Amino acid sequence: MNRWIARRLLLGLAQTAGVVLLVFALTEALPGDAAVALAGDDPDPARIAALREALHLDRPAHERLADWAAGLLHGDLGVSLASGRPVTDALAAGAGPTLLLAVLTLVLLVPLGVGLGVLAARYEGGPVDRAVSAVTLAVYAMPEFAFGILLVTVFALRLAWLPPTAVGYGTDLLAHPAVLVLPVLVLLSRPVCSLGRLVRAGMAEALASPYAAQARRYGVPGARVRWAHALPNAVAPAAQQLARTADWLLCGVIVVEALFAIPGLGTVLVDAVAARDVPVVQGLAVVFGLVAVVLSLGADLVARRFAPRAGVAA
Amino acid sequence: MHPTPRRTFLTAAGAGIATLTLAACGPGTGPSPADDKGKPKRGGRLRAAFAGGGAAETLDPHLSNLFADAARAKALFDKLADYGSDMTPRPRLAERWEAAGPGLDRWTVTLREATFHDGRPVTAEDVLFSYRRIADPKKAFRAKASLEPIDLDASRATGPRTVEFRLKRPTAEFPNVLAAFGAYIVPKGAERFDKPVGSGPFRFVSFTPGRSARFRRNDAYWDGAPHLDELEFVVANEESARVGALLGGQVDYAHELNPTTARAHEGKGRIEIVRLRNSAMQGFAMKTDRAPFDDPRVREAFFLIADRKELVDGALSGAGEIGNDLFGKGYAHYAAGLPQRTQDLDRARHLLKAAGADDLRVTLDTSPVAAGFTEAAGIFRDQARKAGVTVEVRTGNKDSYWKDILDSGTLASYRSGAMPIEAHISQRLLTGSTTNATHWRHKDFDDLYQRLQSTKDTAERAGLYERMQRRLHTEGGFLVWGFADWIVGTGRRVRGVARDAPANTLDWARFDTVWLA
Repeated sequence: MNRWIARRLLLGLAQTAGVVLLVFALTEALPGDAAVALAGDDPDPARIAALREALHLDRPAHERLADWAAGLLHGDLGVSLASGRPVTDALAAGAGPTLLLAVLTLVLLVPLGVGLGVLAARYEGGPVDRAVSAVTLAVYAMPEFAFGILLVTVFALRLAWLPPTAVGYGTDLLAHPAVLVLPVLVLLSRPVCSLGRLVRAGMAEALASPYAAQARRYGVPGARVRWAHALPNAVAPAAQQLARTADWLLCGVIVVEALFAIPGLGTVLVDAVAARDVPVVQGLAVVFGLVAVVLSLGADLVARRFAPRAGVAA
Repeated sequence: MHPTPRRTFLTAAGAGIATLTLAACGPGTGPSPADDKGKPKRGGRLRAAFAGGGAAETLDPHLSNLFADAARAKALFDKLADYGSDMTPRPRLAERWEAAGPGLDRWTVTLREATFHDGRPVTAEDVLFSYRRIADPKKAFRAKASLEPIDLDASRATGPRTVEFRLKRPTAEFPNVLAAFGAYIVPKGAERFDKPVGSGPFRFVSFTPGRSARFRRNDAYWDGAPHLDELEFVVANEESARVGALLGGQVDYAHELNPTTARAHEGKGRIEIVRLRNSAMQGFAMKTDRAPFDDPRVREAFFLIADRKELVDGALSGAGEIGNDLFGKGYAHYAAGLPQRTQDLDRARHLLKAAGADDLRVTLDTSPVAAGFTEAAGIFRDQARKAGVTVEVRTGNKDSYWKDILDSGTLASYRSGAMPIEAHISQRLLTGSTTNATHWRHKDFDDLYQRLQSTKDTAERAGLYERMQRRLHTEGGFLVWGFADWIVGTGRRVRGVARDAPANTLDWARFDTVWLA
């Protein structure tokens, strides 16, 4: 087991390094560089050349990458090209709100998704099941941006129950829980649907299985059969789906932060790519890569724990 | 699906951003729409939402690039002069200026009595320090090109409040330089701007890049203390977030709204919509040094292909007015007497045939870098088809668009924020211009500009402006089809927001004359 974890971790580190290299290559492949982006609508060639020199962008790409990687080994993520401030500052400033959104979403996602799935499976084929399926499918099919605007229009602007954006609350969002309601709802919308549908499918299969029928013949109460016997087997694929939700959250966070003006990592990423701020983009790639690796490892551990016979691939 | 136009630039174009200025009828006079009656009330805090520059934002006024930068810089700092709504310079920190001697290459600028926030007087030394900092060859400050006519080594302080500027050549329109975008006066020796000290109407309180900047009233402001106690700039890059925050009462002022948003809320009583006219020129740039546009007949044919009304209605949702292939509608020296061009497809076909280009194919470069660009490109493509011209639209990357179209391609979407017509000519239409997107390089045209700058007599100068514009109208490389409104939304309590102030003028994004009812 421990050897398996070590192997997975090594693999994960290699994957992260690959992601970072790929991101670097992609950012370099984008037209223009930080000097061009900074010059913006005033592309005076002399000005761009001066900026390029000041930012040391006139050195070959492999040299810049090697420098950056050398710094990374000392835990130094380098300096933002756009602001001249350390990359770690930019990441630390954006991490709070994003982490808060992600943790809240994940915490609510599991009970909601599992609950919906179990509910639908319990009344398989009935009106409850159909209603749950129809609603989850409809919400799932809606782009987050559109869903967010819909929620803001109804709950913030029409009914005035909740604030429409996080503007003016700074980063201390926890002190203003009302601000968080709509962003978290938007973030939850699609993962809850996909998770619920997965759990429903797994539960339906498990409840129809011989061991569940056997348990019922022994007189085990229905609730116990559902929650103690069937659910663990249904949860394994859902746990892996949950890990995939992490990358989903990243996309969702970009949309949600833009929509509600929350200054988190999604905003940092969009700004950094537009500014061709390579060190910041690279720093984010490292962070996101590591998070994805840890989460998928955790998910596989959960899956192994609940359904060892499913033979989860290492 | 990232509808996030991030950067909005002050001059050429950014994601749907133009620069606006407000016309001041002398210092300190805001326009008075009907509901602005009554005596300004003192007090309160105003929150203004702008699209921002993220974590890279700075309060160094010489680094201003975006609308948000300019609005913050203007609250903390002053320039020697600033533009009225017709883009003529109005005195600010400079009380007056005059040419010293007959040559127009020496100017004396006299400063008014003003103090920085730390109590130090604004002196000639501060002015020279600021201009030298901007012109530093090792730095890449945006205003450097505007200050180029000044020989800063030879310029000097002739008194505590008088500066004698020596210029490299006669410059009749030198006052435009004093009002140039980004040419702010900072205290001598200022290099760090984490706690900026300026002479502007508001004092620094706190700043978090990409989030919020808080300022408070400067009671000692030379142009009269602001009415507001406090001013806060908050960042919301997404237009829908700015509108939402405004409708929900989280902000009192939202900069840069879409025409569709404006239409939805105009006259509904929840928010006020302010349309700042003539804020952004919209057009296409033809490269006049290469086929097919090196033939003036082809350029004229393209002028005649455009149905301007359709472009304004379609690409700007009607929020603007039609153009006449010249920059600067509504500004000083604009050649308003030239006949308005209208679509004439028959004549366009005839001209193309005469030029041997009756089966013309052209690639039009565009990008979602500014509101209406891609829409205008599509509309123009359809208009050109009616004249037998095949226009292929090529969409480029928005972050590097302005550099990409400067020297490559043949036809490109183009826009420009407000600036004096003279500045438009010197930056874009001379042989040595730094951003000459139409590659318009004519010795005789350069000579006309030099003559204009060496001419003291205003009537004679007006004639030269007219001549240059007539030439551009006939065979220039800019197809100017429209001028976009800049749209600002304000809460119902907000009074004193100027309505006659194109982006980048004195009264645009000016908060010292605003109050809360």
